Amino acid sequence: MTDSPSTGSPMTTRLDGAAPEVEISRDMIRRGLIVAPVLIAICGAVWGMDGAWSSAYGVALVLINFGIAAGLIAFTARISLGLMMGAILFGYLIRLGLVLLAFVLVKDASWMSRPSLGLTVIVTHLGLLVWELKYVAASLAFPGLKPSRSN
Amino acid sequence: MEAMSHLVNAAGTSTPTELKAQAAASSAGFAYGLAAIGPGIGIGYLVGKSVEAMARQPEAAGMVRTTMFLGIAFTEALALIGFVVFILIGL
Repeated sequence: MTDSPSTGSPMTTRLDGAAPEVEISRDMIRRGLIVAPVLIAICGAVWGMDGAWSSAYGVALVLINFGIAAGLIAFTARISLGLMMGAILFGYLIRLGLVLLAFVLVKDASWMSRPSLGLTVIVTHLGLLVWELKYVAASLAFPGLKPSRSN
Repeated sequence: MEAMSHLVNAAGTSTPTELKAQAAASSAGFAYGLAAIGPGIGIGYLVGKSVEAMARQPEAAGMVRTTMFLGIAFTEALALIGFVVFILIGL
């Protein structure tokens, strides 16, 4: 990572180089796509085809949310830390609004199963985070907790 | 005040089922709004401290950004739980 020299001012400091949040987000999206069929199958078994479609919609919602969050941070960090902070805070509001809009658009659809969508959103979001945290936490503590091949 | 009087009149003429639906819709809105306040404060605090750390020590920015992103995502889970309550009980 090639960061700019320390200036001490968040308004003028910018961070060039690799964006770790994009790597984390990409990793989570990859893992999300791996576990999505399992989640969809479980929801399909419990709530039928409606549950499966709703579950797929929920997984897409969570993965797109992660992608937007990471993209926003990576883009604004190259400009200034102050802008990044503003973008994260306003981005939080905007993303909540987008999640709400995504639900309102399909709330009356024939395939909508609300319990399936809700459960999928929570399980996917927290599950992917915990899964990713295991690797990130281990990497940060390297060499003390370096992930082994069996992990 | 006019809106309130409309609401009171509507409540007076609504059936119990409609009243229940109205109460569920407004409760869902409150649940989502209240659930977004805590994470909003948390994310503000988290990002503020992270930016301070990155400005002070840019060579550690990679590690700070990694933990900041995960912290934001974990905090946002609270808002998503509020969203799930919202979609389950109302609208």
